[in-house]
Amino acid sequence: MVGNTSNQAGSDLRVGVIGVGHGVFGRRSDASVQELAFEAYREALQDAGLEPDAIDASVIGAVPEYHKQRSVGGVVQEYLNLNPKPTWLTEVACASGSAAIRTAWMAIRSGLHQVVAVIGCQKMTELTTPEILALMGRVGDVQWESVFGTTFPGYYAMFAERHRHEFGTSEEQLALVAVKNHYYGARNDKALFRKEITVEKALASDPVASPLRVYDCCANADGAACVILAGADRIREIGAGDRTVWLDGLGCATASMSVLRRPHLTGLPSAEDAAQQAYAMAGITAGDIDVADVHDCFTIAEIMAYEDLGFCAKGEGGRFIAEKQSYVGGTTPVNIDGGLKAKGHPIGATGVSMAYEIIRQLRGECGERQVPDASVGLTHNVGGIGQYCFVNVFRRE
Amino acid sequence: MFEWFGRVSYAPHTKVAGFARHLKDGRLMASRCEQCGHVSFPPRADCPQCLSDQFAFDELSGVGTVLTYTKIDAAPAGFEELVPFVVGVVDLTETGRLLAWFGESIADEEIAIGMPVQVVPRIFEELEQIKVYYSLERPGTSWVKADSS
Ligand SMILES: [Zn+2]
Repeated sequence: MVGNTSNQAGSDLRVGVIGVGHGVFGRRSDASVQELAFEAYREALQDAGLEPDAIDASVIGAVPEYHKQRSVGGVVQEYLNLNPKPTWLTEVACASGSAAIRTAWMAIRSGLHQVVAVIGCQKMTELTTPEILALMGRVGDVQWESVFGTTFPGYYAMFAERHRHEFGTSEEQLALVAVKNHYYGARNDKALFRKEITVEKALASDPVASPLRVYDCCANADGAACVILAGADRIREIGAGDRTVWLDGLGCATASMSVLRRPHLTGLPSAEDAAQQAYAMAGITAGDIDVADVHDCFTIAEIMAYEDLGFCAKGEGGRFIAEKQSYVGGTTPVNIDGGLKAKGHPIGATGVSMAYEIIRQLRGECGERQVPDASVGLTHNVGGIGQYCFVNVFRRE
Repeated sequence: MFEWFGRVSYAPHTKVAGFARHLKDGRLMASRCEQCGHVSFPPRADCPQCLSDQFAFDELSGVGTVLTYTKIDAAPAGFEELVPFVVGVVDLTETGRLLAWFGESIADEEIAIGMPVQVVPRIFEELEQIKVYYSLERPGTSWVKADSS
């Protein structure tokens, strides 16, 4: 047990996850955002063995601009039948779900609440293509960058081009990330894409922003995930101790909105900082991580994550995937659920979906995708193009 | 007049709006804090170092080197008819960085990280309203500057 986990009276201040749930990600034209949220919430309550009245509060991770429903937290809270319990929304772009987990941890650690349901949910396919294209043009700094037609893939493409220039990272190495994540996505019944792909197929796909092609990019999706957190004392009362996965390390950092003010363009400074915070708090190093879910919104993002998190040295990310070090059996298995790439990326749900996968890996419930003897896991959830990064370390005793 | 800056303007209201008028006159400007001397590009009205809101514009040479670039095939709204286009991030010799399109003096095949470029103030000639931007051109490219007033 790490040092900073008990107060002077000796009570246990740890916060753990006692239940997880996850809906199927995809083009869910069969469901509204609150119905998606319900799927994940019901599964998490059942997983925890809790009655609904055990929940003290909820935190919703979602990005409002994708929903026609304004203030989406309100409609979710009502549909989950959680009124009049408190709720609030966290928004940090694609990292909104991890921000929800972080504030739930804070709420429990402060003593304000005992059991908090975190719901990440996003309905992205309500928007028309023109609406999506308009949003796509405003991901960077709108004053100085978006006026030149920059796009989400365009920024990561510029990271990839710089990474190739400094370290020789090839388009084939990028494609190998997609091949791995589709390989595992094909074995995840919650994933959007459940088909394996080949390097040749990835390299033959249409250009999006050089050197990135269609198969270097994750896809928008609808979906929801839920984790239920509680304090150690409450966990003991419930008797859920055995299955609990503890959230022992939390890191969160930011970097400039504009790429024009970043110290370098071959990684995400926010991820480097968040990782160091999380490792220090959990009292571990990168080498202790048995399994990780990282933010592979683009293939280059996963390669940079290997380096930013210290799974390999700076510049070695391309070699890391080429040597299959991020497969099960390698140095650090990464995105064994298929990642954003194959699972799909309902942006508010993604951070919670990552926690769902890592918790199930640490509980040994992942079947043919199981990483043997995993006891320490990590999630790395990036907002935007690295303006925000949340790194969490989970541990099973 | 900051709505002059960019083919599509998302943020017309800013305290550094004068930047667009200088650009129309052929001048690329950074901001300089009048209290502590901190220089910034892109320009900003409020000094991150000493918090002063007193600033002046300083003209930059526009000389720089390419830090990275990408050719964009999938365009956002308002840029559909321009694809494919290449944007680059440039390290300016004097201060800061800038993101812009490559202009006609540089062929796509020539574009490379580390190449020297000249940032040139531009006006969209084909548009009726005043719209200004800047492009990345071959070093030595000249352009017209209005008399400084
Ligand atoms: Zn100053």
